[in-house]
Amino acid sequence: MIKLSEIHKAFGAKSILRGVDLEVQEGETLVILGASGSGKSVTLRHVIGLTHPDRGTVVVDGQEVQARRERDLVSIRRKVGFLFQGGALFDSMDVHDNIAFPLREAGRPIRQIRDRIPEVLGLVGLSPRVAELMPSELSGGMRKRVALARAIAVAPRAILYDEPTTGLDPVTSNTINALIRSMQRRLAVTSIVVTHDIHSAFAVGDRFAFLHEGRIRFTGSREEAESASDKVFRAFLEGRTLEDEDGEH
Amino acid sequence: MSFILQLFAAIGQIALLVLDCLRLLFRRPFEGGLIVEQMHRVGVRSLPLVAITLLFTGAVMALQVSYTLAAYGAKLYVGSFVSLSVVKELGPVLTAVMLAARVGAGMTAELGSMEVTEQIDAIRALGASPIKKLVIPRMVALMIMVPVLTILGDTLGILGGLYIAVAEIGQSSDYYWSKVREILYVGDLISSVGKTFFFAFFIGIIACFNGLKTTGGATGVGRATTNTVVAASVCIFISNFFLAKLFLFIQMSF
Repeated sequence: MIKLSEIHKAFGAKSILRGVDLEVQEGETLVILGASGSGKSVTLRHVIGLTHPDRGTVVVDGQEVQARRERDLVSIRRKVGFLFQGGALFDSMDVHDNIAFPLREAGRPIRQIRDRIPEVLGLVGLSPRVAELMPSELSGGMRKRVALARAIAVAPRAILYDEPTTGLDPVTSNTINALIRSMQRRLAVTSIVVTHDIHSAFAVGDRFAFLHEGRIRFTGSREEAESASDKVFRAFLEGRTLEDEDGEH
Repeated sequence: MSFILQLFAAIGQIALLVLDCLRLLFRRPFEGGLIVEQMHRVGVRSLPLVAITLLFTGAVMALQVSYTLAAYGAKLYVGSFVSLSVVKELGPVLTAVMLAARVGAGMTAELGSMEVTEQIDAIRALGASPIKKLVIPRMVALMIMVPVLTILGDTLGILGGLYIAVAEIGQSSDYYWSKVREILYVGDLISSVGKTFFFAFFIGIIACFNGLKTTGGATGVGRATTNTVVAASVCIFISNFFLAKLFLFIQMSF
């Protein structure tokens, strides 16, 4: 469903991605692991054309993304929901208007919008009363839930999660992980989750990719990840620096 | 050298932003609600600031003219001095500078905060255009409200002069108004208001551009906001000179 080939991206003189190849099958959840600053979020942004690659191709549902102009990306963005790291809720609007935003943009009738809002709030485990609150009145975990509700409002076929558990306490992190799992089951969506939190990764992922120095260094299932022999990937999984590793041997 | 390159890069990016605005301006939906909301924020809420600025400027002009220039017999011409200077220069320029400080800074801070918290990206990700949703309503509101505020400001400036002329110098208000009417032509009013469309454009485009280009968290927002006030004010003052020349040339031609 989503395929990135040979993606290169530099910001100024700083090269972030140096040939990323990644493929996500329909209905599966791929977790992209990597250290902070390794380009995981940048990779994710390429999928819906928020960032354009210097070289390489991005294909979503058979359509090329990278060559499209902004207005021609709308059809792809309606198919792929994006959960931003901090939620990125619009501060100036209440929860209701935040969730209604993509529905109004998609030209849905008012009645349908009115019915859809409590429905998606229910899907993310929030009461319909939350709709009246402003984003500033929500806790970190609730903001993520509302942002997820907004991302799934137009019923996308894929959801991209950018660091979904960063900045949350362990209990809230677990509920968000459970939510990601329930999205997969109930909505049968394809997902990409970007995270450096290994616990969260194994809780939600079917397949894992490890991004290091601008390239994908490993891809495979959970079993393959756990028995991987790659030194850098092992060190990352075990939370060690490579110097520790070198010191040991 | 790098400063000049950066300046040209910014001018190029602003030109692209203007083209995007023009391209999307007449495309449906027209976002009338957002435009009205911005007109309220830009216009109605700035009214007290513009009113105070111009009322006192008109008054102090009258004071200075009648006392400092008394030896030249200027007391009799307070109405002429005040109305001409307020309508031709002080009204449009002060209104624009006050709005650059109040509204321009506010717009950059708002859009800048939205940028650093990924709200601008969220608008794009949800299938909408930040230019259509954020930039165009602000530009349109400024282009409508800056001229309106200038007309009100001009009027209040002249009224400020009137107060001094009547209360301090002892002129009759009829005499003051006769001097105002004697010196002001329709052309002066047109050039006064005409300039403000350009000022509004500069404030809006610089404020939105700086907001959308903000990087680097809270510090970045602060820097972008300062940039907006400085750049917009400088643009207003420099363009005012050339616009004054242009409008004088046009007035002379008729």
